[in-house]
Amino acid sequence: MTTLLSLAINITLLSVLLAMLLCTVRLLRGPTAQDRVLALDTLWMCAMLFALALGIRFGSVIYFEAAMLIALTGFVSTIALTKFLMRGEVIE
Amino acid sequence: MNPQLESLPLWASLPITLLLLLGSAIVLIGALGLVRLPHFFQRIHGPAITITLGTGSILIASMIYFSALQSRLVIHELLITVFVMLTAPVVAMLLMRTAVYRDLRARDRRPIVSANKSKTTTEVYPFSSKEEP
Repeated sequence: MTTLLSLAINITLLSVLLAMLLCTVRLLRGPTAQDRVLALDTLWMCAMLFALALGIRFGSVIYFEAAMLIALTGFVSTIALTKFLMRGEVIE
Repeated sequence: MNPQLESLPLWASLPITLLLLLGSAIVLIGALGLVRLPHFFQRIHGPAITITLGTGSILIASMIYFSALQSRLVIHELLITVFVMLTAPVVAMLLMRTAVYRDLRARDRRPIVSANKSKTTTEVYPFSSKEEP
């Protein structure tokens, strides 16, 4: 069971990395600006999941705080980017 | 691998394995949808499944893991769950409104530019020209 669990953790890390790679493809290729913002938001979410999976992998609670910070910063940056795309400025 | 995994009981490691596999599959499916779907309003559904089901299952796996590891209830991952569940609809709404707004603005601007064959005030100052729909 332990080998199965470690295999599942490694599969999770690899697939989240692959998802981040696909988001980067959309970020570079995206035809419109809102596509790029959507890809960047998904990239933040995948980075948060990657930090959580690293926390399970190394058995440490420190990674939880990193994941929390990544989630907060991702939300704020996505809101600022959408506001900029819609109105042309962030703080009116 | 870390040696703490050996001390994990079976009732904890089985759901952790299943939830991690489910979460990784869902995250991968969401990213594939982001890349493969043809239109923006279809592509926004891909990350939604990543944010709700993928994040939820990996967070629950992390909760079970640390609860079994420290043999007490560790539920501070609920903070991330609540935060993500609260902010995901806000982000999706703002992104969709931005996309609708930009599409409408591009459609409104195109005939004016093509009729005059030059830079009009609508093109240079798109925000001050007229009332937005």
